[in-house]
Amino acid sequence: MIPTGEILKLSIQSLLRNKTRSLLTMLGIIIGVSAVILLVSIGQGLQSYITNQFESLGTNVVMVLPGKFGAGGGVATTAHSVFVSKLSLNDVERISKLGSPIEMVGASIESTSNVSYAGKSRYTTIGGFSAEYLKMMNLSAASGRVYTDADDRVSKNVVDLGQTLAPKLFGSGNPLGKSVTIGGQKFRVIGVLNKFGSSGFGVDTNEFAIMPLTTAQKLFGLKSVQSIGVKAKDKDSIPVVINMVKKELGKRLKDDEFSVVDSSNLLQTINQVLSVLTLALGGIAAISLLVGGVGIMNIMLVSVTERTREVGLRKAVGAKPKDILYQFLIEAIVLSLGGGLIGVIIGSLGAWGLSNFIETTVTWWSILLSFGVSALIGIIFGVAPAARASKLNPIEALKYE
Amino acid sequence: MASLISLSKVTKTYRLDGGVEVQALRGIDLKIKEKEFVSIIGPSGSGKSTLMHIIGILDSPSTGLVELEGKNVGKLPEEKLAELRNKHIGFVFQAFNLLPRTSALDNVELPLIYSGVSATERIRRAEEALKIVGLAERMNHTPAQLSGGQQQRVAIARALITKPSLILADEPTGNLDSKAGDEIVSLLKELNAKGNTIVLVTHELEIAKKAKRIVQMKDGVIISDKKI
Repeated sequence: MIPTGEILKLSIQSLLRNKTRSLLTMLGIIIGVSAVILLVSIGQGLQSYITNQFESLGTNVVMVLPGKFGAGGGVATTAHSVFVSKLSLNDVERISKLGSPIEMVGASIESTSNVSYAGKSRYTTIGGFSAEYLKMMNLSAASGRVYTDADDRVSKNVVDLGQTLAPKLFGSGNPLGKSVTIGGQKFRVIGVLNKFGSSGFGVDTNEFAIMPLTTAQKLFGLKSVQSIGVKAKDKDSIPVVINMVKKELGKRLKDDEFSVVDSSNLLQTINQVLSVLTLALGGIAAISLLVGGVGIMNIMLVSVTERTREVGLRKAVGAKPKDILYQFLIEAIVLSLGGGLIGVIIGSLGAWGLSNFIETTVTWWSILLSFGVSALIGIIFGVAPAARASKLNPIEALKYE
Repeated sequence: MASLISLSKVTKTYRLDGGVEVQALRGIDLKIKEKEFVSIIGPSGSGKSTLMHIIGILDSPSTGLVELEGKNVGKLPEEKLAELRNKHIGFVFQAFNLLPRTSALDNVELPLIYSGVSATERIRRAEEALKIVGLAERMNHTPAQLSGGQQQRVAIARALITKPSLILADEPTGNLDSKAGDEIVSLLKELNAKGNTIVLVTHELEIAKKAKRIVQMKDGVIISDKKI
């Protein structure tokens, strides 16, 4: 048999003789692979976005959320949950009185509203965080100051603007001391925050406006809080803290009206959901790869018929059945791997383009998987046409019209 | 002088799809020596194509003995036959059978790819072969850019390149006008004068007469075999 390098050269020459057809044949694989790369990168981006969000809350934090978490209720952190939340400031106080190993207790609500100044207006998320909650999130001011517990106690109308929100309202001007309008009320800007959290999926934490918890409750007409963060002394005491909080809240609330989860727990659940999502997206993409493979087989079968005389000639001048088999097989593999390569490039460029709007992460395993699957498709769908070519009788093939 | 190729009592029977058996060759005895120029002539259906396939070891006989340079090639596996064809036989076909959109040079070097010759050596020998057939100026032309006669010259260069024991030309002038056809026959005569053994299969007596020996076939048997 002739060396693989020579066969590879022959195969590529044959494919270049039909450039348009080769490219169109690769299209199925190109679309399939770029879909795999893109969809997996979105799934992975979502996962790392959420992980970052939770890590910004710091370690050893146990969250109390309204409703039954994980059992049909889903992740209850949307604005809607504010209206069904039975958690209150009174609960926060009772938990904080439990003492060691609880170090700190903070509470938050989130809602959306317009923030406007001098004709400019942004629709954004308003965070009502207690002072302790700010500490748990490690929030600090880049200029001015962050509001304090004292501001919270008297429900002062003050607001800190996110790093990217401030310039959108004030341009290059100094926002400190100015009054912005939120939900028809005036709030004095006392600080601009340092960068925190992450951006992506249409929610940029740096575009938040945050204010004392009680101020936000007044603004949105709420008595409840949306979530309570309880910081444990260390990792080992987390189970104890969870039990203490459950027992305390259980005195007043029913079992299905609140959930106590630690962040690693919560993250695990979310990641499970996201993994399933990523797999589902990957599965859909895999089907398009399969369709692409069938396309390659179809074209290779046509090509074998069309090149019957060529096969006859090659056999007459000394090609062995294996030489012919490998030539056509390698043609199919070059088509599918070439399609895979172009697909990886397009998928990665797409992910890079999308990263302006949402977080995307192109992973090595998705690239390797795509290449592996492409090569496999080339082999699986290339064998039948190649075997057919290698079995042609040279006399019949030379006479073929 | 020993025979280059020798057939004794060769028969070939085909079974058609309907189960009917057709005897294409009915006992052929034929010896071709080195440096001969033989033409095989006969009407269609006379079995000359089948004979050519057996001489070119593209096909095996049903019964009888076929020897190439003294070796029995009757019942060898396909791989071995491919190797022997590559080494000993140069084919020239009526329809040229060049690869489309491929330069003359790449077409000519094709047989050498299957004999494992290095790329640089292949190009050197392909250039040499194209010079012999008078196409030194058109090495990078594709078949579509060449006339019929020129295409057949490329095919002859391809047959020459392995320095085969035997050049087997099957109706090489069939697709050409008489002027180009004459040129091709002259080229074959020239190659024979240089020492190449040539077997020319044709149904035209005028063409067959250019050879040194004419083997006439009818109904699967040789009816005459004479030197000119």
